[in-house]
Amino acid sequence: MSNPTPPVGTGLPDTQTLVTEPTQAPERGGKKAKDGKPASLWTDAWYDLRRRPMFIISVIIIFVLLVMSFWPSLFTSIDPFNARSCDLSTARQGPSPGHLFGRDNLGCDLYSRTIYGARNSIIIGVFTTIVTTLVGSLLGIVAGYRGGAVDAVSSRFTEIFFAIPAILGALLIAATFRGKANSILLVIVALGVLGWPMTYRIMRAAVITAKSQDFVVAARALGAGAGRIMFRHLLPNSLAPVIVVATINLGGFIAAEAALSFLGVGVLSPDISWGLMIADARNRFLEAPLPLVFPAAFLCVTVLAFIMMGDAVRDALDPKLR
Amino acid sequence: MASTSERILEVRDLVKHFPLTQGIVVKRQIGAIKAVDGVSFDLHKGETLGIVGESGCGKSTLAKVLMALERPTSGSVKINGRDIAHAKGGELKRMRRNIQMVMQDPYTSLNPRMTVGDIIGEPYEIHTEVAPKGDRRTKVQELLEVVGLNPDHINRYPHQFSGGQRQRIGIARGLALQPEIIVCDEPVSALDVSIQAQVINLLERLQNEFDLAYIFIAHDLSVVRHISDRVGVMYLGKFVELGKDTEIYDRPAHPYTQALLSAVPVPDPDGREQRERIILQGDPPSPANPPSGCRFRTRCWKAQEICAEEEPLLQIRPGTAHESACHFAETHDVVHVG
Repeated sequence: MSNPTPPVGTGLPDTQTLVTEPTQAPERGGKKAKDGKPASLWTDAWYDLRRRPMFIISVIIIFVLLVMSFWPSLFTSIDPFNARSCDLSTARQGPSPGHLFGRDNLGCDLYSRTIYGARNSIIIGVFTTIVTTLVGSLLGIVAGYRGGAVDAVSSRFTEIFFAIPAILGALLIAATFRGKANSILLVIVALGVLGWPMTYRIMRAAVITAKSQDFVVAARALGAGAGRIMFRHLLPNSLAPVIVVATINLGGFIAAEAALSFLGVGVLSPDISWGLMIADARNRFLEAPLPLVFPAAFLCVTVLAFIMMGDAVRDALDPKLR
Repeated sequence: MASTSERILEVRDLVKHFPLTQGIVVKRQIGAIKAVDGVSFDLHKGETLGIVGESGCGKSTLAKVLMALERPTSGSVKINGRDIAHAKGGELKRMRRNIQMVMQDPYTSLNPRMTVGDIIGEPYEIHTEVAPKGDRRTKVQELLEVVGLNPDHINRYPHQFSGGQRQRIGIARGLALQPEIIVCDEPVSALDVSIQAQVINLLERLQNEFDLAYIFIAHDLSVVRHISDRVGVMYLGKFVELGKDTEIYDRPAHPYTQALLSAVPVPDPDGREQRERIILQGDPPSPANPPSGCRFRTRCWKAQEICAEEEPLLQIRPGTAHESACHFAETHDVVHVG
C-alpha cells in the first residue's frame, strides 16, 4: 500500500519489457514463457479457451448432457422402459408434481423419456459428426494439397456421394443392413457415408487457398515433408470453416436421425431418441405442444452448446482474434 | 575479392519451360512458356550476385529452380560440386541446408498460426541433426538477437510485428541452418524505403558475419547496385549482361541495360533535364514465343538483320570488359551523361 512507485522504470512499460525477464513481459499471446516452456498455437489456444465464458458455459452444458446420456438414472427415478410407468388414461396431461414435463401421447412421463432420449441422440449426433469431419477433412486436405490426378479422382468419387439425396440414401443403407447391425451404429454409418462430402469440399477449398501462400513455399524450401506441410501449416489455416460446418451439422444429424426413425429405420420404439419423440409428437402438436417442445428444446440447447464451443475453438485458433 | 575465393554455386545452361496444354481430358502440349532459357553463372563464397530485370523476365522462376522448388527442364545447379536440381530424398534435404531463401512478401511468408519461436525453430525440427532438442530455444533466441529483434518476443505471433520486423524473422529462419548461400527474392520490394535500408544493411552485416553468398533478385536498380558485387541483367529468360557492378552501372554494353539504367530516377533536378532518356517501344514479347535470334531485337534501336538470324552469345566483346549478349555491344555511360 505505502510502497512508493520507483521514479524510473514503471513509467516506461515498453523499455521495461526489453530489460526484464520474459516472465514479466506483458505477452499477449503466450503466458507460457514461465519455466521456459515454449508457446505454440495449441497451448496458446488452450490458455485462451480457459478464459472464454462462452467456452466454459458450452463445456458445462455438454458435460451435463454427456452425464445424462451415460447415467440417465441420476436425473430421474422413473424408468421409461417399464411399461407400467405409462398410463393411457393420462395421455397428454400437463405438468404435474412427479411429472415435471407432463405426459406424452401414450401417457408416459415426458421428463424421463427426454432424459433417456439424450443418449441415442447425442451418440448419433456426436459420432456422425466425428466420422464425417475426420473422413472429409483427411481426404480434403490430401486432395487439396496434392492436386492433379489425386484431386480429380477423389473429387469425382465424392460427387457420387454428393449426388445421392441424403435421406433417401441413408434410408437405403439403413433398410438394406437392418437387423444385421446395431441400429444406432447403422444410423451413424448411413448418415456418415452421405455426410462427409460437404466437409471434404470445404476442407479442400480452404487448403487450396492456404497452399498458395508463401509460407508453404518457405516450408518446402526448408525441406519439410508432405506430412509436416499438411498438418503443421495447412490444417491450422484451413480448420476454421470446417469447425463451423461440423458444429452446425451436428444438429442436422440429430434431426436426420429423427427423419429416419419417422420412416421406420434407425432408432425405433420402444427405444427412445429425441428425434423419435419429436416425430411422435408432431401429429398432436396443436392439442398437446409440450411433448414436442421439450425434446426440441433439449435438441436446441445441445446444438447451441456445440456451436458455441466450435466458435470459441475457432476464435482461439486464430491468433489475430485473441 | 570474390574471384579469388572458392566457387560454391555453379549454374550451367539452366532451362525451365512451363508446358502450355490444351484439352480437358487428353492434355496435349501446344507450346511452352520459356521462363528461364539457358542461364549460366557462378557464385563465389561471400559474394553477392544481383539479378535485375523487369516483371516476367524469369527472375523468380530462376530463384525457385535454384532452391529446387521447381525441377529444371534441363541444365544443372551445382552446390559445392553436387547437383541440387537432380537430387532426391535425403540427399536433397541435406543439400537444402546449404541454400536458403528470403521471400518477397513478409505478410504471407510467415505462417500466421505459428509463434515466432516455432517459425524460426522449424528448420531445426526438420533437420534434427543441426541442433539437439534442448538447445533449440536458445538457438532461436540467439537468431532473433542476430537479426535485431527482442529475444523475449519468441512467443509472439507474426501479426504482432511490423513489415520490417517480419522480414527480419524471415531472414532469421533462412539463417537457422547456417547456409552458405541465401537466395533473396525481392526481399525489400514490399517494404517502406526507410525500412528497406535497414534490412539491406542487416543483410550486409550478416554477410560479413557469416561469410554468406547472396543471390539478390530485385527490380530496383539502386538497391541492387548498393549490395551487389556482380550484377546480371535478365531479359526474357536469359542473361543479356553479366559483370562487376561498377562495370554494369558505369559502362553498360547491352542496349537493354542502357535503357534500364536511363530509367533510374535521378534525385538531382539539374542533371535531369540534360540526361539522356532511352524510351523503349512496345512491350516485352511473350516468353511462349520469343523472337528469333536476339530476343531484344524487337525493341532495339540497333537491330540489324544479323540480330534476327543469329543469337548473340553471352561473352566478352571487343571494347568491353565484361560479358554481354549483343552483336553491337559498345559501352555507353547512361547514368553520368550531362
